[in-house]
Amino acid sequence: MPGTIQSIERAAAALRLLANTGRPLALAELAAALDLPRPTAHGILRTLREVGFVDQDAASSLYSVGAGLGSLSTPGWDRHDLRSRSMNWADALAGGTGCAVFVGVPDGRVVSLVHHVFRPDGSPQRLRTNETVPMHATALGKCLLAFAPLVTPAARDLDLQRYTGRTATTPASLESQLVVARRRGCATGFAEYTPGVGGAAVPLRGAGGLAVGALGISGPVEHLFGSGGVVRPRLVDQLTAAAGEISVTLGHS
Amino acid sequence: MSERVVAAIDQGTTSTRCLLFNRAGRMLAVAQREHRQHYPRPGRVEHDVEEIWRNVASIVPAALRRAGLGPENIAALGIANQRETTVIWNRHTGLPLARAITWQDTRTDGIVARLTAEGHGELFSSVCGLAPATYFAGPRLRWLLDNVAGARAGAERGDVLFGTMETWLIWRLTGGPDGGMHVTDVTNASRTMMMDIRSREWSPKLLAALDVPERMLPRIRSNSEVYGTCTAVLPGVPVAGALGDQQAALVGQTCFAPGEAKCTYGTGAFLLMNTGTRMAGSTHGLIPTMGYVLGDEAPVYALEGSIAMTGSLVQWFRDSLGLIETAPQIETLALTVPDNGGCYIVPAFSGLYAPRWHPDARGVMVGLTSYIDKGHLARAVLEATGWQTREVVDAMNADSGLPVTRLKVDGGMTANHLLMQFLADVLDVPVERPLGSEAVSLGAAYAAGLAVGHWSNLETLRANWHRAAAWEPAMDPVLRRREHANWGRAVDRSYDWVEPS
Repeated sequence: MPGTIQSIERAAAALRLLANTGRPLALAELAAALDLPRPTAHGILRTLREVGFVDQDAASSLYSVGAGLGSLSTPGWDRHDLRSRSMNWADALAGGTGCAVFVGVPDGRVVSLVHHVFRPDGSPQRLRTNETVPMHATALGKCLLAFAPLVTPAARDLDLQRYTGRTATTPASLESQLVVARRRGCATGFAEYTPGVGGAAVPLRGAGGLAVGALGISGPVEHLFGSGGVVRPRLVDQLTAAAGEISVTLGHS
Repeated sequence: MSERVVAAIDQGTTSTRCLLFNRAGRMLAVAQREHRQHYPRPGRVEHDVEEIWRNVASIVPAALRRAGLGPENIAALGIANQRETTVIWNRHTGLPLARAITWQDTRTDGIVARLTAEGHGELFSSVCGLAPATYFAGPRLRWLLDNVAGARAGAERGDVLFGTMETWLIWRLTGGPDGGMHVTDVTNASRTMMMDIRSREWSPKLLAALDVPERMLPRIRSNSEVYGTCTAVLPGVPVAGALGDQQAALVGQTCFAPGEAKCTYGTGAFLLMNTGTRMAGSTHGLIPTMGYVLGDEAPVYALEGSIAMTGSLVQWFRDSLGLIETAPQIETLALTVPDNGGCYIVPAFSGLYAPRWHPDARGVMVGLTSYIDKGHLARAVLEATGWQTREVVDAMNADSGLPVTRLKVDGGMTANHLLMQFLADVLDVPVERPLGSEAVSLGAAYAAGLAVGHWSNLETLRANWHRAAAWEPAMDPVLRRREHANWGRAVDRSYDWVEPS
């Protein structure tokens, strides 16, 4: 059996110390209490700060336990923080693609719509924020199934209801679509929930690369898909770029 | 050949930004830099205009680099700015005589009280449309003339110039000491308490009352015309648009018809309604102001209602009460309860602004019972913004005779969908958010682009406005009436808290 990893033990000790002392601590105090040279202690604290487990006061340079530690037990981002951070890029994406834009997060067995930007074509549309859509029949849902497997149900546990002739209604057919989505980095939906409406979605990633939601575009299938039923690369490029920008604001490096 | 774009500089209270817009009004790039806030004493807030100028000189090239464009791609430059911030400088050296006094600074309360005590209040109201207040630029200029060594003598000799922020930037951009254009635009000039709002010229009577030498003042120009050509930062590019930030948002939201209104939700909120070529007098505590003047076209007036605390109330809830970690999380907290539970918060932290104007009011929280939890407080915080907007809209409807039939919104708080729905519910009109929340910068770009023919007319700009979201009123009218009455009773309880000293 391999031995324990010393730097992780030291990091855990530093966190325990910060959590139990009840006041912010200086580097010298931490180094002394942990019996470490200051450069070593500094390296540990800097790393912990970068992952959000430790805060450092800008004025006093004192260290305390960071907000990231408290949110460890709560899965994902607050949905309204997510919307707020997505908003500018979602607008730009709608303007650039001519599609409606959605941000979705897993909510049990369905996708909850956190944000919605209208398709900029002057057509009457209704705001769908806080509505839910099925996982297996939408690009947003399949994106979450493919890229956030720990916080979404397994394909076999979903109610694979048929909405159109194109809906995947067996775990095997859904699984094969997820494999394709993982390979391409992008999930698609071709009139599987609403006739004539298609979508494409890519993951939004937070710190450490964890998928915390999905960013999707939606519109008439002929607008999204070219010959052979493949999403137009120009749209995927814009979608991926917007997701990358939003992910940066979510702490993904 | 690369496409021609229009650049906008948004010189704001905390930062300066440069944005590039294409012909469809889409933002192509943005660069931003914050500047330092100086608080030399309580009630004083100053900016270093040299620092702001250096920021402009660094962000404009940065925005161009991001878009992969050069100055030759820029059709025109427009400026939108924080209003009422006041600076004086030496025309030969280009150096400011003091730091700029910003719009939040209240050091001119003595000057304003004296103007009113000397019986000038009515003169100002009738000529410039503004009752004397610490909010406006004229008293700040007077303070600088009285308190900065050499200012008055220099101004009288013609060596010292006055400007609001757009004036300073245009002067620097077009050459500074070496032939820079000393101009202001009609919207910024309308916030100085020195301009006759009907003739749109400096008023000798008001200048006499303020004791300001006219020769230090910039020429007043329209919002959309070529003021001059940049010699620095964007050499060869015409500076062709300037507006105060709130008027810029009115243009950016394409509120070109009488009765069209926009509200920008930030720290505070500013609601402006286009009242057409006729100036609407206000009997309900609103400010009649210039909307915009496009070149030689007839001037368009606006009514303005400002709400002191909207986003800042959420910040207080986050930073002082610590009930949420981030501002957007107030929506999460508010959604933990179905309604306000009978609790109301009136955020009269520094008195009540439009339309009530009660400086002696202070904030109250009423309707507290054991039932109330932090979710209800979160609701009450958001609802305060809704009801304050309703009061301004009611006053606008009464003063303009043009009922608001829909409200265009922009600013950071439009990310809060619960608030936007509540707004539609209490106003009983649809609330709409445009694609791209950069109405202020877009308005400056539009003014500049119109002046050089980059856009041919207002209809082209209207076609650029796309609805990104809309909230329809859905509140039961009986409930709306009852909640409105409750809000009114809560506001009554905030009055007369500060005792006269």
